[in-house]
Amino acid sequence: MPAACSNRPPCWRKRMSENNIEALQKLAKPHYEELKKLDFQLKPAQRAKIPLQDMPVQEARLRCKNTNEVALGYTPMQAVVEANRCLQCKSQPCVEGCPVRLPIRDFIKSIAIGDFAEAIRLIKVDSLLPAVCGRVCPQETQCQVKCTLGKMLKDPEQAVSIGRLERFVADWERSQGKIEPPLCRPDSGKRVAVIGSGPAGITVAADCRRAGHAVTVFEAFHKFGGVMMYGIPEFRLPKAIVEAEVELLQRMGVQLLPNFLVGRTRKLQDLLDKDGFDAVFIGIGAGLPNFMGIEGEHLIGVSSANEYLTRANLMRAYERGKAATPIIEAKRVAVLGGGNVAMDAARTALRLGAEEVYLVYRRSAKEMPARAEEIHHARAEGVQFHLLRNAKRVLGNAEGRVTALECLCYELGEPDASGRRSPVAIPGSEYVLPVDAVIVAIGNSSNPLIRQTTEGLEFNKWGNLVCDEDGRTSLPKVFAGGDIVLGAATVILAMGQGRKAAAAINKMLAE
Amino acid sequence: MIIEPYTILYKEQLSAHVYLMRVKAPHIARERQPGQFILLSIDHDYGERIPLTIADANLEEGSITIIFQTVGYTTKQLATLEVGDELAVLLGPLGQPTKIEKLGRVVCVGGGVGIAPLHPIAKSMKAAGNQVICVLGARNKELLFMEDNFAAFADEVIVCTDDGSAGRKDLVTAPLKELCQMDEKPQLVVAIGPPIMMKFCVETVRPYNVPVVVSLNTIMVDGTGMCGGCRVTVGGETKFVCVDGPEFDGLKVDFDGLIQRLQAYRSQERRQEEQHACRMQQQAAVLEKKNV
Repeated sequence: MPAACSNRPPCWRKRMSENNIEALQKLAKPHYEELKKLDFQLKPAQRAKIPLQDMPVQEARLRCKNTNEVALGYTPMQAVVEANRCLQCKSQPCVEGCPVRLPIRDFIKSIAIGDFAEAIRLIKVDSLLPAVCGRVCPQETQCQVKCTLGKMLKDPEQAVSIGRLERFVADWERSQGKIEPPLCRPDSGKRVAVIGSGPAGITVAADCRRAGHAVTVFEAFHKFGGVMMYGIPEFRLPKAIVEAEVELLQRMGVQLLPNFLVGRTRKLQDLLDKDGFDAVFIGIGAGLPNFMGIEGEHLIGVSSANEYLTRANLMRAYERGKAATPIIEAKRVAVLGGGNVAMDAARTALRLGAEEVYLVYRRSAKEMPARAEEIHHARAEGVQFHLLRNAKRVLGNAEGRVTALECLCYELGEPDASGRRSPVAIPGSEYVLPVDAVIVAIGNSSNPLIRQTTEGLEFNKWGNLVCDEDGRTSLPKVFAGGDIVLGAATVILAMGQGRKAAAAINKMLAE
Repeated sequence: MIIEPYTILYKEQLSAHVYLMRVKAPHIARERQPGQFILLSIDHDYGERIPLTIADANLEEGSITIIFQTVGYTTKQLATLEVGDELAVLLGPLGQPTKIEKLGRVVCVGGGVGIAPLHPIAKSMKAAGNQVICVLGARNKELLFMEDNFAAFADEVIVCTDDGSAGRKDLVTAPLKELCQMDEKPQLVVAIGPPIMMKFCVETVRPYNVPVVVSLNTIMVDGTGMCGGCRVTVGGETKFVCVDGPEFDGLKVDFDGLIQRLQAYRSQERRQEEQHACRMQQQAAVLEKKNV
């Protein structure tokens, strides 16, 4: 193996120490006492001096052996201290950075004086999924990157921890056991069909239901939540949180139908023509997993990250002896890719008993699309990064089972169309990694089913649905949003699109 | 819109290891076409999702018919369910329907439990105006089923068993070869059965320049194109059985790769069954003690 394959831990970042609750609570306490003394009335310069509050996490050596959530969330005291770092600036640049434009400054102001109920009420006006978004949003590239405090301290990592505060109040509300469903207008007599129960679909369902329309959500799987159920692992997003959000939809009067694949169980056009729906929203997600197209990719032990994560999460293969769904058992696992899904797969493999997990990515750490926090957690748990490496072929034995991965080394060349420096192969640099499983996490193409079974819907050359700004497709009364429009993106972007589409649907139905 | 519980309305044991069930699913019965399949699971939280072909549908009753062989954990558990029980998960119809058209002479070859999915296809081929010759194969007479259903519409039914206990003592490839050698060659062969049987049917037909369609049954999780577990190489390209299939041009299918991939979880399944048997024995012991 070339010496360049570094497994040294990265420089520990300020935002991500690995401290436990007791230690962090101790650090927060003097600041909290000081705040109380000042009756929470501080000058901006004083606020800027309060140190960033770190979030407690499960210890790395323990957590990689269990499926419990890694990040544990702020304590109330930590949340108040962190919220008091917010300068309450007039311009609110953070709101600009949020795809659903949460009233960030205002909810943080409520937390800063300990009024958690008001904080969550403010958030819920614009988001039904704060407990999810507080956990999985890439805040560091959205709201937090714009934070005035981060700019003042000349370090975006010193921005106010907006995501952690959002998560804190959402969890606080759940712990109080008083989650109130939002109020809905009187029945309009109009019906909306939502295809897919992922983040985009849930947002549309809630917004259209609030406007008084009858909403039916069609889900192909037997459980609701889309990627939040089958894709994002328990240790990053506990399923109980997703289930609570889905239950809230039900309490609002949204009808949820599982085991229903629009396109096959019923044609999309039939929903409008025969079943009496007045509008349809397509939020079916990214669909088809991409493979590398290399030799040996069909060997036993090679799977897409979609398959691996679905078996582990939705089908609960991690509960051995209980779940009927099997999953590849491997001691040495190679994961191909550098996104959040690759991190999820690598960390899941550790929890399923792998002793060595290699993450093979063809660019450098800087170009990795995964969130910094996920990369940090993966490294802390022992995932070994093989950067500037790419899989060349998968090797197998006589039974057709994976035995090794042949990799090729790369170096960074000129920037490509995406602005990232493109990797260039170094001839003759091949080396062999002995592994017994390979998980391919290099993205998804769009699912062809709706395209095959619906006439008149316009798709682009990548198979994504073509929509206008408000999510209108080429078919009347049919709207779309989320990954089927964006390609693979994030929960919050899907929600942002759902919000716009729902507004357009509500406007159309009001006319 | 209402989805009714997936209640088992009828159950019959067709042969030693083969069962037939009619399950309430009016929404699937309404849309299904020959060649399509469903995915089912018998436990909402811990069940495994398995694909099974739809053998028939009854619009009046609002039911679909599934025929399955008890080969793995889930099919064995499924066989223990009775009329009135409900399936936890039932998704369908899935996959591309069979292309039914008038071609002339169509030979339909079914082996083992593959006889079940062949039935609606053969019947529709007949209804479309084709001369339909059916070749049905099983290891022995006890494992054979539905031959009367085929006899009711087919122009000819040829039964083969490995031991000669019913029909000809032959593999299905023998009559298939004879049919291909006749002056009036078939315009199409449809072969459904164990992968090894389909592989040999394809090799039998290949020299005669007759198109052959096969229906593949692979490992699946979601059945909607999302996991890629069902991938198979067809004509050098990666195809997904759930959305591109289940039927493919048999002459282009990489059967060796397919057969290999079906072994993926075999050892784990075996262990699981042993564990299950072990639990059952423990429970039986507990019950026995209680009775004493």
